[in-house]
Amino acid sequence: MHEDNDHRVDGNAAAGILREVFASDVTTARVVCGHCTAGTSVAETKTYLAGPGSILRCPGCDAILARITKIRDTVWLDLSGSASWQIHTG
Amino acid sequence: MSATERAEGAAKTESSGPASRRGPIRWLPARLRAARMETRLARTLVLDVPGWSGHAPGQHVDVRLTAEDGYTAQRSYSVASPSAQDQVELTVQRVQGGEVSTYLTEIMLPGDQLEIRGPLGGWFQWTARIRGPVLLVGGGSGVVPLMAMLRERVRSDSSSPFRLIYSARTPDHIIYTSELHQMGQTHPDIQISRLYTRSGLPDDTREPGRLRIEDLPPPGNEITEGPSRVYVCGPTGFVEHAARLLVDRGYRSSDIRTERFGS
Repeated sequence: MHEDNDHRVDGNAAAGILREVFASDVTTARVVCGHCTAGTSVAETKTYLAGPGSILRCPGCDAILARITKIRDTVWLDLSGSASWQIHTG
Repeated sequence: MSATERAEGAAKTESSGPASRRGPIRWLPARLRAARMETRLARTLVLDVPGWSGHAPGQHVDVRLTAEDGYTAQRSYSVASPSAQDQVELTVQRVQGGEVSTYLTEIMLPGDQLEIRGPLGGWFQWTARIRGPVLLVGGGSGVVPLMAMLRERVRSDSSSPFRLIYSARTPDHIIYTSELHQMGQTHPDIQISRLYTRSGLPDDTREPGRLRIEDLPPPGNEITEGPSRVYVCGPTGFVEHAARLLVDRGYRSSDIRTERFGS
């Protein structure tokens, strides 16, 4: 949170941009890494905020789980590094 | 922390309440009603936000500033106040060279406007519905969302014991100093521990220094009920150090919730 946006934070800091895309909060979602198959909450991912994009990495193996880039009115979402997202909708 | 858990474990979530509100998220205009300095660097902003329908303690907001020439800057700040309609309090600590925090702590005047969106984040939150003892571990301005939890604990009918371990550089860097003192004095179930990394008070028995394992209370066992939930917030380095110590102390990583900010 707060400033120093080039430094590593965690997935809590991506809650706002993710909330633009998803209908509910996904920081509590469980994401499975496509590389090492470990599961973690989105809140606990290693998150890098830089310029127009955010990168979420696996806290276990550092593989990229998600790239979220916003350019004007368009969000570009690349989830190819993750195997699945388990999202609580209740 | 939980990266080592396997994928089969179901995600634990606190559903219902403001965090699970659905539908598109909107920017809301917010006007500064009042402000107060908490330390030399930290300022609390009391914002009137028409249309704000409350939040859960621990949640944060995105703040957007727009200059006259259209330039915008956006940051995230934790909410310091317990849930309220149409009003939000943020405590912002000035970061050296930080354009947004410098504006918020030194330049913004009552009546000035900005935009906020939220509440954000369903992971790092506590509500009075969560039963059991709570341990809060904060580094620097990481105390802000923990203060929202403490204030909610005091305001609600919760009887959960709370313990705050608050690490700051010196006594002058302690935010909410008198309110924390009063909470500790008036609520037998709330225990406040301050520790200093650079220099402390003359009668401190603890040598100044970063958080150590003996600064942390032991987790509960079959006989004594220990914290069932631990919240850690601070700079990334502090949070990872604290989380490692907590696991070494015997806490389960699945009971530890963390929130990191930069530097």
